[in-house]
Amino acid sequence: MSILVWIDHFGGKVQSASWETLGKARSLADATDGRVAVAVMGTDVRDIAEQAIAYGADVVYLYDDPVYEHFRLEPYAAAVKDATTSENPALLLFPATTRGRDVSALVACQMDLGLAPDAQEVSFQDGKVLAERPVYSGNLIAKVVVETTPAVVSLRPRTAPMPEADTSRQGEIVEKGAVIGEDAITTQVLNFEEKAVGEVSLTDARIIVSGGRGVKGPEGFEPLRELAQLLGAAIGASRAAVDAGWISYDHQVGQTGKTVRPDLYIACGISGAIQHQAGMRESKIIVAINKDPDAPIFQIADYGIVDDLFKIVPALTEELRKRLD
Amino acid sequence: MKFTVLLKQTPDTAELPKITPEQALAGNQGVTKVVNPWDEYAVEEGIRLKERFGGETVAMSMGPDEVDEALKSALAMGCDRAVRLWDESFEGSDVWGTALVLAKGVEKDGGADVILTGKMSVDGNSGAVAHGVACKLGVSLLTQVAKIVDISDGMITVERLLDEGRETVRAPLPAVVSVVKEINEPRYPTFIRIRKASRAKIPVLTAADLGLSPDQVGAAAAKVKWTELVKPPAKKREVVIIEGETPEEKARKLLDYLMNVEKVI
Repeated sequence: MSILVWIDHFGGKVQSASWETLGKARSLADATDGRVAVAVMGTDVRDIAEQAIAYGADVVYLYDDPVYEHFRLEPYAAAVKDATTSENPALLLFPATTRGRDVSALVACQMDLGLAPDAQEVSFQDGKVLAERPVYSGNLIAKVVVETTPAVVSLRPRTAPMPEADTSRQGEIVEKGAVIGEDAITTQVLNFEEKAVGEVSLTDARIIVSGGRGVKGPEGFEPLRELAQLLGAAIGASRAAVDAGWISYDHQVGQTGKTVRPDLYIACGISGAIQHQAGMRESKIIVAINKDPDAPIFQIADYGIVDDLFKIVPALTEELRKRLD
Repeated sequence: MKFTVLLKQTPDTAELPKITPEQALAGNQGVTKVVNPWDEYAVEEGIRLKERFGGETVAMSMGPDEVDEALKSALAMGCDRAVRLWDESFEGSDVWGTALVLAKGVEKDGGADVILTGKMSVDGNSGAVAHGVACKLGVSLLTQVAKIVDISDGMITVERLLDEGRETVRAPLPAVVSVVKEINEPRYPTFIRIRKASRAKIPVLTAADLGLSPDQVGAAAAKVKWTELVKPPAKKREVVIIEGETPEEKARKLLDYLMNVEKVI
């Protein structure tokens, strides 16, 4: 039995969800005497292949070619299919990052395979792959059985623990090149505008500092940003703050935004509408800072401070700075 | 130019937390239904594209009679016409079965230059229908689209919103485009348009019209089956309200908990 894991990275920087997914594959394989294969695409990404071995891969199919410089579905899906043919796995496992969800869905459809996207649990039973995935925007959990072999599953970030790297592990690297050439690819990347340096992505974040209607305006996010920077945290927002135009949509947490599950979620001036809760209530620890003691956010929080966020957040930043010195 | 918007009728987001597994399995019975909020952006963009480039915008959905209401909402917003795809054999389709029905619907309707849809449904949450339709039609796929920059010379140029930034890409038409919320602000339909849409007769295409046999669609063809649907176990949380004389004292106490007790910082 073999599991093939696809590694998501951006310009050589691996999303931690990729290693979590690889760690999950390793524990599934260990329980069934199976092996773990990894597929990596990119340019000059041999070091990722070596890291993958340290994180638990037995074999790495390395697609290192200029054709993979930008993530494009056509060459990436072709490479994953090529690795699938070489490895003949029982399960194709992807991190359910934006790219991971795209490539897994396309590969599954092209190969006519069953897909369980954004699963929070995956297992084998009687030779079939079972998965649990949140549906109804996190309000229900569907337990599903995938009827095809291989099965295709993407694993929600931060649902499996981050594995330990062991640089003494041995594994094989199989060099592969371009599966389809540039002339067969119709999508061209014309431009890329990178986000401000140092901004942490919500999906990967261990800590999120989030603002709602209570931040009162775009400048109200400044104290939150200062705290976030000190914590290495990502900035989140409620729909109210996004709809008011105070912060861009990619920060939105909730039913029509991102679903997150950090170790620590600090909700500042967020009342905690049910739609917001759907996106963050799986966080390990929730802190609510709100002037209104009746705000629903306090019902799902572990710690609450009933006070003005513009007093509390700077005080937190100040106190933390002292302790970090 | 022809723009086809694929939409789904879903529960109103305010209803989602209240839906029981039994209701969900019975086709969201007794629940207020709306156009999937993500698809509203696709409807709006379909109408804007027609306004920018000329042509026709068609709303299409798979589902039983009640789905006419969602299609009428799209008509009220400004789509030119609507098509519903339904047959008893479609019942229980998984994401690829649904994608196949939609792809056949687009083909049967004479094809389209741009096929728009929202990034996912608020109930099924698979976010893979766009991929399926592009795959079944063998056309370009552009996801996470936050802006349609241009359509010319048989090519479409869009901006995609990624975790790391914004990417501008160009791909040949026809293309399936799944949009994110940032792309626009859906309009409210006027009273006159709502009145007019409410009287629309929406044509229905069946499995026979689409040339689909029962083994290709529905529960029989599903490659993934739901075995159980449950409410997620609620995390037990007891809130500790941090008291103190000053903000500084509250901050100190909170950090003590977070650093020393919970060890999350």
